[in-house]
Amino acid sequence: MADAAEGRGAVRRRAGLRLWLSGGWLAALAAAALLAPWIAPHDPLAQDLFAGRLPPAWQAGADPAYLLGTDSLGRDVLSRVLHGARVALFVALVAGTLTALIGAALGLLAGFYRGWVDVAISRLVDIWMAFPPVLFAILLIAVLGTGLASIIVAIVVIDWTRFARVVRAEAMAQGAMDYVASARVAGMGRLRTLATEILPNCLPTIGVLLTLEMGIAVIVEAILSFVNLSISTDAPTWGGMIAEGRLSIHQAWWVLVFPLVALFLTVLAFGQLGEGLKDRFDPVLR
Amino acid sequence: MTFLAVEGLTVRIRRGPWLLRGVSLAVAAGEARGLVGESGAGKSMIGKAILGILPRAAEVVSGRILLDGTDLLRLSDRDRRARIGRLCALIPQDPLTALNPARRIGPQITDRLTDILGWDRARAQARAAELLAEVQIADPPRVLKSYPHELSGGMRQRVLIAAAFAAEPKLIVADEPTTALDVTVQREVLRLIAGMQARHGTALLFVTHDLGVVSKVCRRLSVLYAGKVVEDTDVRAFFRTPGHPYSAALLAATPKYTDPDSSLRPVPSAVIDAVRAEVAAWDAAHG
Repeated sequence: MADAAEGRGAVRRRAGLRLWLSGGWLAALAAAALLAPWIAPHDPLAQDLFAGRLPPAWQAGADPAYLLGTDSLGRDVLSRVLHGARVALFVALVAGTLTALIGAALGLLAGFYRGWVDVAISRLVDIWMAFPPVLFAILLIAVLGTGLASIIVAIVVIDWTRFARVVRAEAMAQGAMDYVASARVAGMGRLRTLATEILPNCLPTIGVLLTLEMGIAVIVEAILSFVNLSISTDAPTWGGMIAEGRLSIHQAWWVLVFPLVALFLTVLAFGQLGEGLKDRFDPVLR
Repeated sequence: MTFLAVEGLTVRIRRGPWLLRGVSLAVAAGEARGLVGESGAGKSMIGKAILGILPRAAEVVSGRILLDGTDLLRLSDRDRRARIGRLCALIPQDPLTALNPARRIGPQITDRLTDILGWDRARAQARAAELLAEVQIADPPRVLKSYPHELSGGMRQRVLIAAAFAAEPKLIVADEPTTALDVTVQREVLRLIAGMQARHGTALLFVTHDLGVVSKVCRRLSVLYAGKVVEDTDVRAFFRTPGHPYSAALLAATPKYTDPDSSLRPVPSAVIDAVRAEVAAWDAAHG
């Protein structure tokens, strides 16, 4: 018993650290994204061809006005990374939430009503998951046209299956519990049973999936920007910056590295936030 | 007066094996009836069929379930649910999964009062506290505000008993309510159920595999084997002179405190074979 309690404490402490670090990074990033127009030292689109490929401020030959250096067109890397965070987080938030809503709703219906509803939804999920996701996304963008809305639609259309699958299994497990039987015996209708007995017990799972999905949305947006299928070509996005930086990696590594680090840390933070939430809210550990 | 009458109830897995083979049993108003049988005999299925919570894969092939004179199987889904909700309640087997972990205890009890009896919240709240006191839970107001994981297994089972009796049902189906509890808690819970049943005048169908438990709570007893009722008798008469050979063998198999050195006596294969032959004949007759 003492061992179990100790193990539980260790898991909780680790979860606490995870939550603080990942939550802290995401909160800072969100603040930076919101305030980007005011805190960014330069206009992210302003070009200055005489100040092209300036290195970061601590290297020789740098201009201290450009803290993280400039790209080949003389645009400020720091300002572009900050503005890129706006796109990344907006996509993460909106696409993640919409994906969660649609996927979880279908998963709940399939898992709770079973029967033909389940067969229909589950087969649809199977068919959907047979498509390779990134190619599917590129195809969708090709059909829908580029733009922020198209990216969000593409992510929702591709990733709802992730939620549908997991939430369906969870709803099924919850539906087999005695308290659902008791509620039915007490005359509770189907919809109300779903709303008061099943859904609240699926929320922790949905929350964890949502944070993971936000990380995935950030990656998908970066991939689409990288292949130039994101919002307009000159708008600052991390994926777009990585694509441009790749061309001048031998002359100006900083153009590639800073957006890459931002992307890496953000995706990692979403993943760790999900893990931490799982540990904290897992009823077995609680 | 008969309150619940199950007549020739036959249930099978869709396109699969039989679960209940023409079960008949009756529970009088206010009577406590035990329903015993080994695992897989179908005892829980009877309870589930009565309460309309059979698993999806199971279907009722024939028979009647008369609840206060009305055949539940002939009602529409909606009417059946309303009737069961008003007249019946369930004390489930596992107190750990029988309370919704995401809701406080209070609403899980008062739901029944507001839904079934149409009471307002304040009145339901007060009644819920009374019920918790009746099942000997200390500090009812605190427990009403607790989540299930904050209570021990024994306390959760008491809460479930309180919830079952809340809307004053006429029949309670208790599905192995003490199996998940350890022996000392078991004893208290049994006493509690027996006491509540007598005070509220509720009919009780007590499903269990434990003959000792039945003798503490019930007056009448049905013995189930392979989806058939093999004996329907008075509890005291059963322990004196069991009628069916299977019942007699089952009783003889119970180890005795008074004779700890005697080896365990399994149910003789001749008895099992005889009952199995009966079952096989029934299966043959019903395709």
